[in-house]
Amino acid sequence: MAYVAVTGGQEAIEQSLRLLEIFRNSEEDISVKSIQEHMSLLIDKIMSEAGLYSREYTALALKQCEGSVEEAVFLLRAYRSTLQRDYYSLPVDMGSMRLIRRISAAFKDIPGGQILGPAYDYSHRLLDFSLLDTKNGSDADHTAGAGPEDPDGAEDPDSAKDPDSAKDPNTAEAPDIICSRVSDLLRSDSVLQGAASDDDTPPFDVTCNLLTFPAPRSARLQTFARSDAGFLGGVAYSSMRGYGAVHPTVSELRCGYVEICVPYLLDEKECVCIGDILVTEVEALVPSSTETDEDFEKMTLSGGYGLIFGRNENKAIAMAIADASLQTTGDTPSQDEEFVLTHGDCLEMSGFISHLKLPHYVTFQSKLDRVREKENTHD
Amino acid sequence: MIDGKHYNFAFLDEGSKREIRRSILKAVAIPGYQVPFGSRELPIGRGWGTGGIQITLSIIGKEDVLKVIDQGSDESVNAVNIKKLVRECTDVKITTDSEEASIIQSRHRIPEIPMRGDQILVLQVPTPEPLRIVEPREAVTKQMHAEAEYSGMWLYLFEDLIRYGEISISSEYPVSVEGRYIMNPSPIPRYDNPKLNDSETLYLFGAGREKKIYAIPPHTKVESLCFADVPFKKEDFEGKSCRLCGAAGVYLDELIEEGTGRKVYECSDTGFCRKRRERRRQDGTISA
Repeated sequence: MAYVAVTGGQEAIEQSLRLLEIFRNSEEDISVKSIQEHMSLLIDKIMSEAGLYSREYTALALKQCEGSVEEAVFLLRAYRSTLQRDYYSLPVDMGSMRLIRRISAAFKDIPGGQILGPAYDYSHRLLDFSLLDTKNGSDADHTAGAGPEDPDGAEDPDSAKDPDSAKDPNTAEAPDIICSRVSDLLRSDSVLQGAASDDDTPPFDVTCNLLTFPAPRSARLQTFARSDAGFLGGVAYSSMRGYGAVHPTVSELRCGYVEICVPYLLDEKECVCIGDILVTEVEALVPSSTETDEDFEKMTLSGGYGLIFGRNENKAIAMAIADASLQTTGDTPSQDEEFVLTHGDCLEMSGFISHLKLPHYVTFQSKLDRVREKENTHD
Repeated sequence: MIDGKHYNFAFLDEGSKREIRRSILKAVAIPGYQVPFGSRELPIGRGWGTGGIQITLSIIGKEDVLKVIDQGSDESVNAVNIKKLVRECTDVKITTDSEEASIIQSRHRIPEIPMRGDQILVLQVPTPEPLRIVEPREAVTKQMHAEAEYSGMWLYLFEDLIRYGEISISSEYPVSVEGRYIMNPSPIPRYDNPKLNDSETLYLFGAGREKKIYAIPPHTKVESLCFADVPFKKEDFEGKSCRLCGAAGVYLDELIEEGTGRKVYECSDTGFCRKRRERRRQDGTISA
């Protein structure tokens, strides 16, 4: 069918949507539940970029858009716009997290122990052809990416393999693992700048306000948390490689469930728990010597902070680096607040890039007019 | 797909619409000033007219009649797509007749038939900041506007003039609003710039990705930036006319005729062109 950008737009769109339908259809249907269970990490990535925590709707979005990450983010963000905002949740104490994984690169051992949990880090990335056999598919699934045995053996192996299983009544009997954070230990040792943690300024909400510069730290963190993982990774990587100065030590990376509570309407002092969410938190440490370059005595450690929905480790580390990088001054991209905060949103970048597919012939005609005019004046 | 059970009238929740209307009121009160707003995500791509759509969705009521054009055309895929979204979530009447519409949303054009005081033109804006061509940082341009520090812009125009012998800005040609703010009129051709001045109608500009709303209320003085001895110049269509309706002195699209490879022209404003042809046909039948 001939496609003309301008005339017959209505029919062209209808046919295009029908074709999409054909491309999406398959003999073997995949259920939303199955996507939700098998594609956990993809769902986590999308939820973090969409800024909406709903595993089911994310799976639905993925099914609807042939698995495109940016389309799924798009669907969820658009849906999010239609929801009335009834509550702001209360601050969450990350120390109360029910852990499924927790590691520290800064210390050999930490109180409460290192818990490897579910991670691909120590798996061998070999294609497991046994998964091609659909009969064994679901069984082999669990062994495919799992690492070597848990060094501590402290943890219920089931909960390590499937983060969603914490909701499962079968595993609910296992004791929750709750440990205080590594940074709390350092803070009591006074090597860590503690000021940021005691800041009770109400957070700036970038989804309801235009970001202005310089941006408050809460706005930076929220923007990073929603940022495109690839963009944020690039910013962090550039800083580590030398376009910037941040090569941090991961004080702690922890992943687990935290409870979300909202104030109880009838009594502000009371609160109601509305559910729990799976998050990854990273605290990265960098020596801070911004104003005391020559004064080694006064050097302390300052932190970069990362908190992302789901099991989203690299993004959380990248966020911590990007955060730390903005606390330094210099001319590199990762130190330019406006640059890193305005160019990382998945929806905004993909929207603006894709808009080039729209017709531009009126402005192009105007450009032609100028180019032809120039030729005339030079003749 | 947009059913009343899952979605509100005009898609956005009432709180969001109220918030956007407040920003619009502020924009009208300070002509040419870019009012920041909490831009919401829409089912249509950011950069595809979401600023304009958010304005339209916030001001539209059940009695409104909507026209949407892209590049002047009612049939363009983007215009069709936006109309479809608004119709599905509001069920308002859609028209291609610019005189019948109470709200016209447009990308890159202002309709040929002058608009009235009871109509609103909503323009989609990709880059609201006119000073972006001289300064990339938002924090700096905001200060430049506050201090009306526009020497960088004038210098840009002057250097352009020296280099090319003409000002080379084609569309999106900056204007000065009521002698105060320099404003980006959105990527309309220079041909449309004079229509902004002392107009009967209200112009609302929405930039969704950049989260800004601004306005030109009726009868505001809007001047395209130029020098006393170098007058502002519109696109030149002299000696050319529309091959369909014969109109001259309007903004034309240049097309290459299939077969002959000849350059031909048609009205960019398709609603205007269609109306002229219908009128001529009616006049023809009456006289015959």
